[in-house]
Amino acid sequence: MGKTFAEKILALKSGKESVVTGEIVTVSPDIVMSHDNTAAIAKKFKQVGIDKVKHPEKIVIPLDHCVPAATEKYATNHKEIREFVQEQKIENFYDINTGVCHQILPEKGHVLPGSLILGADSHTTTYGAFGAFSTGIGRSEVASIWATDEIWLRVPETIKINIEGEIPPGIYPKDIILHIIGDLGADGALYRAVEFSGKVIRDMDIGGRMTLCNMAVEMGAKIGYVEPDEKTAQWLTARTNKKYEIIKSDADAEYEKIIDYDISDLEPQIACPHTVDNVKPVSEVAGTRIDQALIGTCTNGRLEDLKVASEILRGKKIYNRVRLLVFPASMEIFAQAMELGILQELVKSGAVIMNPGCGPCLGAHEGALAPGEVCLSTANRNFKGRMGCKEAEVYLASPAIVAISSLYGEITDVRGYLK
Amino acid sequence: MSIKGKVWKYGDDVNTDVIFPGKYTYTITDPKEMALHALEDLDPKFAKGVKKEDIIVAGRNFGCGSSREQAATCLKYAGVGAIVAKSFSRIFFRNAINQGLPLVQCKEAVENVSSGEEITIDFEKGELSCKRGVFNFPPLPESVLGILKDGGLIPHTKKILKVGEGE
Repeated sequence: MGKTFAEKILALKSGKESVVTGEIVTVSPDIVMSHDNTAAIAKKFKQVGIDKVKHPEKIVIPLDHCVPAATEKYATNHKEIREFVQEQKIENFYDINTGVCHQILPEKGHVLPGSLILGADSHTTTYGAFGAFSTGIGRSEVASIWATDEIWLRVPETIKINIEGEIPPGIYPKDIILHIIGDLGADGALYRAVEFSGKVIRDMDIGGRMTLCNMAVEMGAKIGYVEPDEKTAQWLTARTNKKYEIIKSDADAEYEKIIDYDISDLEPQIACPHTVDNVKPVSEVAGTRIDQALIGTCTNGRLEDLKVASEILRGKKIYNRVRLLVFPASMEIFAQAMELGILQELVKSGAVIMNPGCGPCLGAHEGALAPGEVCLSTANRNFKGRMGCKEAEVYLASPAIVAISSLYGEITDVRGYLK
Repeated sequence: MSIKGKVWKYGDDVNTDVIFPGKYTYTITDPKEMALHALEDLDPKFAKGVKKEDIIVAGRNFGCGSSREQAATCLKYAGVGAIVAKSFSRIFFRNAINQGLPLVQCKEAVENVSSGEEITIDFEKGELSCKRGVFNFPPLPESVLGILKDGGLIPHTKKILKVGEGE
């Protein structure tokens, strides 16, 4: 019997010939990521009783969760991180002018196929889009890895999700992953490795694969994974010259489950308050009033997302009582969108262009909601209180749906408006 | 290791944002202050009413969402002695153990205890006793129990590194 990607990579990283699902292995990660939570992790690290991190070259720290600092407290937090980075001689530090961690790590060449990446952020699953084994851990665990270069992981069972069919007009990777999460539930892939495969995935660009793997954690998955191909290699060529080894599941690997989807007839999907798995087709929620529209975040703040939105908004004005906030996921994307005239179109339509970062996704700043308000967002989470107010509601959708809805002030199906 | 406490019962998918809202993640750093906001957006009565060794009992996927460790820290410092659930989200599971907060996965027990009743949990025996009987659960693996007994991952790592030096 063959082995899955998860079994093969965890065997490799734990120095064993082979491992089985359910086994606990001790591994040494290739990259450890932390963001604005680095100051808190540094305090835990000091409690361990040693002065220097074991492998500064494995540590990557982007600042993104509240950038630029909103208050003195956030500013002090950032200052402590900058001091720690200097003290520990950590070279891979990205200050507030870079972007969201999950966009930055691949862009700056830190994500390679076959690498093991752990991050103090649940959406670390994003890097599976490049064939890495990557997942979220807690602050104490990052501190402990800095000290010991080790962590225990359980070898997960794997669910394979085959996505076939032709993507209909008006349907985007976000609709596909929302549909899957709605179908399987918030714990539908709990502790599991999820491999995305099939024709739709092979045809999908890297950004779309990132959206899928990013949200795999919203159904409880430990990792998302897409087998690297030519597109992956091409994307990486411009980013890094580091060597890597592609790890793939064997053809006869043992999966816990194989689930097939045909998305040829899929409608745009909306995750409704207050859980990500409360997913409905747009026809059931069309007409819902919105106060704020958000395009951005680690889920959908990439160039193709901004492009889709600008094409829908070109020459039109957003509804007069709607605020449209746009957060490019990185400064690189910001610059490209500027050169291509995308930001200009968005601004002319009435959008507020914000700096790259997490923005109001977690309710810290830059567009928090008031009681009774409704936000339609391209982000990955809509929990109660998520955007700073527990009496507000958050709906999740594709950038196209968010863009078209911002024109009408209510949730709107984009399909009737596409040329 | 055993504890006795009053039950606070909740449903499925209790997520990290209702346990510890994101807006506090970088502004509240003192664990005692975190405890004052525990479960704020789910049950505003909890933080004021919870007593030492009280036990949270919940449905499926407890702790889903963010990797924020404060979700475990705030419950630990609020005095929670253990969490019993039908299942736990994986990062929360790790975070709770790493904060020295014991977890019990036992679907049957969840279905048989009510809010407000007093229950006893023996972690080594893997036994939960309540009004409607005694329910068994698989004890945690030795390696995980070790972290719990040391009071969490940071003291555990500290101990390991010290042992390493002595060798």
